[in-house]
Formats: sequence, C-alpha cells, structure tokens
Amino acid sequence: MTKENNEKGFLEFVYNFYKTMKAHEITLVYEGEITHQITKAFTSLTESNMSKEMESNNVQRKVFHVMVECLQNISKHADTFGQNDYVYSGRGIFLVSKADSEYSVTTGNVIDNYKIDELTTLLEQINSLDKEGLKEMYKTQMKEGRLSAKGGAGLGFIDIARKTGKKLLYHFLPVSETTSFFLLTSTISRNI
Amino acid sequence: MEAIKILGTDDTPGIVLDAENDVFEISGRSLPEDVTSFYEPVLNWLDEYSENPKPKTEFVFKLTYFNTASSKVLLDILMKLEDIHSTGKEVLVKWYYPDDDEDMQEAGEEYADIVDVNFEQLSC
Repeated sequence: MTKENNEKGFLEFVYNFYKTMKAHEITLVYEGEITHQITKAFTSLTESNMSKEMESNNVQRKVFHVMVECLQNISKHADTFGQNDYVYSGRGIFLVSKADSEYSVTTGNVIDNYKIDELTTLLEQINSLDKEGLKEMYKTQMKEGRLSAKGGAGLGFIDIARKTGKKLLYHFLPVSETTSFFLLTSTISRNI
Repeated sequence: MEAIKILGTDDTPGIVLDAENDVFEISGRSLPEDVTSFYEPVLNWLDEYSENPKPKTEFVFKLTYFNTASSKVLLDILMKLEDIHSTGKEVLVKWYYPDDDEDMQEAGEEYADIVDVNFEQLSC
C-alpha cells in the first residue's frame, strides 16, 4: 500500500469512528492516564453541557457523582501493564453517552487476574442489596474502613449503586495470562 | 488558638475554624486531589481545640458535593466533635443541604445516626 492510501485509510477509519460514536450517542471518550486535572476537566465539561441542555439539578448531581467515582476508580485501581520501557498504570478508557432516557458512564481498565474473585464478590454483594442494605453497607464501610495510601475509601461502588438506584453492570475480558480488562457501566435515568 | 481560614475552590471546600469568634464551618465542594493531606490541618486543629473547647460549639456543614473519600474524613471530623460532646460540652452540628438535594439531606441523617452529637438539618 502506498503512503497516500495508508493515510486515506486512516482518515476513513476516523470517519467510521465518528459514526460509531454518533450511533452509540457517545458524548465523551478518553483513553489514557486519569489524573485529578482530567477528572476536573471532564466533570466541568459534562456539567456545562448538561446545564445548557437544561438537565434537572438532580440528574446533573448524580452524573457528577458517578463520573467522579468512576474516574477515581481508574486512577486508584487500574493495574500496570506493558513491558520494559512501556509500563502503564492508572490508565483506562472512559466513556460518557447520552440517550433519550438515560446517561451512561462506562470505564475500562486492566486489572491483575488474582483480584477478580474479590472484586466479583464485592460487586455481587452490592448488587444483592436493596436501598436500605446499601445504606447500611455504606455506613459500616465508612466507620470501619480506612483510607488507603491512594486515598480510596472502599466506598465508590456502593455510592454508584446508591446514586443510580441500579445494579452495577460489569464484565471481565482476558488481556494476558495474568491480566484482564475490567469494564463497568453505570446508567443514570434522566427522568428523576 | 490560631484560626484556620481556607478559601474554597471548585474542588476543595472553604473552611473556617475560628474559636475566638465562634465560627466553625465547612462549605462548598469537596473532592481534593489528596484528601488526607488536605484535611490533616483541620483534624489537627480539632485535636488541639478539643483539649480546651468552648462551652458550646456550633459546627456548620454547608456542602453542595463531596466524594466518597471525603465522606470518610467528614466522619472523622464528626467523631472529634462527638469526643468534645462526650466531655460534657455542648455541640450542635448544623447540616445545611440544598433544598432540592435529597441525597445531601440523607447524608446528614446518616451521619446523625452514626455519631452521638445533636444535629440540626436545614435546607438552603
């Protein structure tokens, strides 16, 4: 293939990527390291978009909560991957999409396989609880938990489940022998 | 005791701890980059204050948002107020919430359940 064809192929890919984003109503997509600056930029961008679109305060607040917790999950828990000079951590993919009836916040990041069982148990425990149960779990974890060195309180998933009122939808896909890709999506109804 | 006065930003709360003028207040948004180091001076100040507290401490929370890491530190602050209360001094927590924010109202109720301190819920 000539260089020109190559470049043309890439530009066509970008157009298809754009169409896919539109088809899935993705309003924000990012892949890379999640820093505090990124968190601030994404939340304020989404906030100003929602406020332009006259979204209710309640919906705006819930989307803000879920975004912050999801971004912090990546920055605090995404495991390292890559080799030699290319070792990455605290990175992942972050997507926000907006449909007629709901917003979705989706994250994906690499995690070490040995953590999958513990994570699944936690997510399933959260999904098995009703509103009151989640409230009790949050209170217990707040009282008994400690802030980790990275500033995690172990409360993020519980908070997301409480704020959205929905089950946590997640999936693991194999990356290598020792790591997997952890995907989590949270939806916030626009009619609240 | 020297007062603490921190101006709020879009990700850190405004804080006033001024024993001389009886002002104890945390307001605004709390999602600091490093929760532990941001709140460390506040917790240290309260430790020192609790050694010789005023007969009455009225502590105002006027937060519009806090993340889960901050929620844990807010409990630490409230537990220090509980310690002051347990020595026989009067402590009142005034928990303000935006009038259309049920989650913030509920957060106040949950803290009130956990710590043994008088709580007053106020919408603003």
